[in-house]
Amino acid sequence: MRTRTCCATSTRPSAWSRSLPVDQKTLDQIALSWEEYQLACERLDREPNEVELGMIGALWSEHCGYKNSRPLLKLFPTEGPRLLTKVGEENAGVVDIGDGWCVAFKIESHNHPSAIEPYQGAATGVGGIVRDIFAMGARPIAILDSLRFGPLSEPRNRYLFNGVVEGIGGYGNCLGVPTVGGEVAFDDSYSGNPLVNAMCVGVTRIEHLQRAVAKGTGNLLMLVGADTGKDGIHGATFASVELDERSEERRPAVQVGNPFMEKLLMEACVELAEQHGDWIVGLQDLGAAGLTSAAVECAAKGGVGIDIDVSVAPRREEAMTPYDVMLSESQERMLVIVKPEHEDDVRRLFERWELHCVVIGVVTDDGRATIRDGDKVAARIPVELLTDPPQYVREGVKPTWLDDLQAYDFDALPDVGDANTALLGLLAEPEIASKRWVWRQYDHQVLTNTVVGPGSDATVVRIKGTDRAIALATDGDGRMCYLDPYVGGMMAVAEAARNVVCSGAEPIAITNCLNFGNPEKPEVYYQLEQAIRGMAAACEALNTPVVSGNVSLYNETATGNGSAQPIYPTPVVGMLGLIEDVDRVVPMAFQAEDDAVFLLGIDVLRGDAASLAGSEYARMAHDGLVAGQPRIDLGLEVRLQKLCLAAAREGLLRSAHDCSRGGLAVALAECCFPNGLGLDAAGMVIEGRLDAALFGEAPSRIVVSTRDGERLRALAAEHDVPVIRLGVVAGKRLVLGDVVDASLETLQDAYEGGLPRALGEVT
Amino acid sequence: MRFAVVVFPGTWSDHDCQYVLRDLLGQQADLVWHRDADLSGYDAVVLPGGFSYGDYLRCGAIARFSPVMDAVVRHAEVGKPVIGICNGFQVLCESGLLPGVLMRNDSLQFRCQDTYLCIENAETLFTNELTPGQVISIPISHGEGSYYADDATLDDLESNGRVAFRYCNANGEPTPESNPNGSVRNIAGIVNERGNVFGMMPHPERAGESLMGGTDGLLLWRSVIQAGVATVAG
Repeated sequence: MRTRTCCATSTRPSAWSRSLPVDQKTLDQIALSWEEYQLACERLDREPNEVELGMIGALWSEHCGYKNSRPLLKLFPTEGPRLLTKVGEENAGVVDIGDGWCVAFKIESHNHPSAIEPYQGAATGVGGIVRDIFAMGARPIAILDSLRFGPLSEPRNRYLFNGVVEGIGGYGNCLGVPTVGGEVAFDDSYSGNPLVNAMCVGVTRIEHLQRAVAKGTGNLLMLVGADTGKDGIHGATFASVELDERSEERRPAVQVGNPFMEKLLMEACVELAEQHGDWIVGLQDLGAAGLTSAAVECAAKGGVGIDIDVSVAPRREEAMTPYDVMLSESQERMLVIVKPEHEDDVRRLFERWELHCVVIGVVTDDGRATIRDGDKVAARIPVELLTDPPQYVREGVKPTWLDDLQAYDFDALPDVGDANTALLGLLAEPEIASKRWVWRQYDHQVLTNTVVGPGSDATVVRIKGTDRAIALATDGDGRMCYLDPYVGGMMAVAEAARNVVCSGAEPIAITNCLNFGNPEKPEVYYQLEQAIRGMAAACEALNTPVVSGNVSLYNETATGNGSAQPIYPTPVVGMLGLIEDVDRVVPMAFQAEDDAVFLLGIDVLRGDAASLAGSEYARMAHDGLVAGQPRIDLGLEVRLQKLCLAAAREGLLRSAHDCSRGGLAVALAECCFPNGLGLDAAGMVIEGRLDAALFGEAPSRIVVSTRDGERLRALAAEHDVPVIRLGVVAGKRLVLGDVVDASLETLQDAYEGGLPRALGEVT
Repeated sequence: MRFAVVVFPGTWSDHDCQYVLRDLLGQQADLVWHRDADLSGYDAVVLPGGFSYGDYLRCGAIARFSPVMDAVVRHAEVGKPVIGICNGFQVLCESGLLPGVLMRNDSLQFRCQDTYLCIENAETLFTNELTPGQVISIPISHGEGSYYADDATLDDLESNGRVAFRYCNANGEPTPESNPNGSVRNIAGIVNERGNVFGMMPHPERAGESLMGGTDGLLLWRSVIQAGVATVAG
């Protein structure tokens, strides 16, 4: 592998290499390499002291500095007429939804903390992403969570799953922000390194938007909220290294959440933004790398310096050094950049919400971050040095095993014998089964905006004061990305868009969380680059630019023989869709007997073995088989989505649901369950392999029901999308040709009981 | 009618209650911060759901000491309606305005789901728009909603018509399966002896529009408004 740095580095032999006072252990603690240390010395023209080194390490970590991923992130399309922020510049991306309203949203990972301490790891993941949204001045109105765990047959995985779900609920429920959706998937690949990605969505009037910026010499930096403790020091670094058998020792790097404090902070900040935006110039949350990151990033954006006195920061414990205060990741803290004439106003506002606030510094014009401890200067570094980490463009190498995996010949396998039994088995797989066990632990209704709650393709949340609603979905299929990161990346974006389209919404923008292994490994870098390129291609095709995101690398677990195994490459897409008329929301479930059921996207039910690639059926029926070459035709996908949206807007669709995990048969069963309405598709004719036709996971297919099949066919022809009529909504059974005939009761028992049974709660 | 919707630190159903009362039912509904100790200008007081003070101690145990609670007690003493929903119900129990306690759900998990309620007493200030035996659907959202009181108290509640409604199935039967939290005798809502203080765990403010899945909650709000109109007229 060839590695080079993008930024200008001196070519002369470094003077610093001879007399470095730091040892490897110190550098390991902050995950800096010797080369990076030398670079820092050169740019500083001296050796940094301990506080300075800690600040450099935190801001140059992958988590804060994106040193491995930034060059690749530039591949994403990030322009669009609705976009109100530049990607990466603010705490969240903001999209104009019309009539002066805008939506702020972002997804972020909390994988490593959750692997060590699932409840607090997940809880503070929610807390962090919610702060990102109200730091924009927006009121958080929805939380979604995209989760991945190892198989529930392992006690450790059950512990992690339970703890994460409880932590998300424990924090979000207390906060009064509904947790409205997301997804859960299970695979060996995530054993020991679960994925916990939390997304938050907020709304506000455009004129109330806030920026994470410090400017105006003499303006005040006010620290608000919780006291600062020693918790979470080096959290950003922890997120940027692989998990190993010693990770448990990093438990102090996991923070502890206080959702009650967050609730007060949220109310105070939203009130400040909505009613007194003229008192302040910026608002920033303290997340990874705590005060260091918050203050320095605000200063960098404003092109200013900052002068902070850590001795005045309210502390949770005694004997804290400037290093501790600057790098603490204590939760529920905000930095407010206040105009001096409104210092008392701002203080009174926060104190009314029973929150501490203290002026800890001022904006300066010297471009430096000066950190004082009373009279003593503890650190002084150019802001630009801190926010301009080295960037690495690496060269990926296609894994040697990938060709064989992709060339796998499914035709060598026998076709399914008993499709009825196979369908029951699939419905009970935790991967596919109802996630009610999860979301009934989340308050998904508070704020009374949830038009379509969890359990559908997309969640629909209305915007009070308008006729509009937004549709939200998260998607990301690690298995497909493992088989082909480029195609898997495309599929993640396409499915997320298809999900919001099924609810009648137009996809307008995405946020994403890139969960990958160690990018220093050429095979992982290949996965990262290919997935990003695939996602970018789909974003272009579907006209959904990227507005925000987060990168979580080094998701690996020790295998015990000294090496570490990367997780499946898992980019998770959070899609925002817009519905102009909330009365035109399309449900997932069949609505009434005699409605005609169509499948959009194909015109013949032909079982093509290739569509078993990465399918749940292949894994279930063939000893965990994960193989094949996933495929997607982006042209068809775009036409299909336009057709579905046009039909929804005409009021043609009584229901719409996309085919994903488990394929067509599972999708049809899911359409039947909510209203207890069966499907008579006895006349269904299947060509080729039965397993592929019923359970294959080819994308770009949507099951719809309608009263006007003729108009639907005409509209499909206009959009050049093939369709096939499957049958009619009828009775209490699911009947597919002469191969599936089962009562809804039996099917639903498998579907609803799948997760509780896997958890051993029922037999 | 003039409603005061009390906001403790950590309350989160305040805006939902205000929305249903003001925007859907056309009443005056003001958010009143818990440090404001004057409720004399209001006809009815609502203690909404949420996690007052984070519910870090027992639910409602700290909120009962808030300055506004003296005013709530006075309001109740003069016979005006006080409605406690979810956390508000917990606060009313903690402050002694209603008997019993709310314990952790028997599942030991938070539960957010629709529940059926069977109307037991349709003559209270809060249920007069309903009929005995009527089944309505209103969601719950709590981790500590398992109502408990000793048998003597329960017998007293039952014999005096103070159980407003119970959790039940779609047919109106109060079965163990239809009890979402382990509440003793499936009790979901009660009134005080005088009949003007009412507590319930389900969230009627979440059942105010068909777009949100149902309008049964409006029946309870309309009962209060109806009773208020009758009082004024009488």
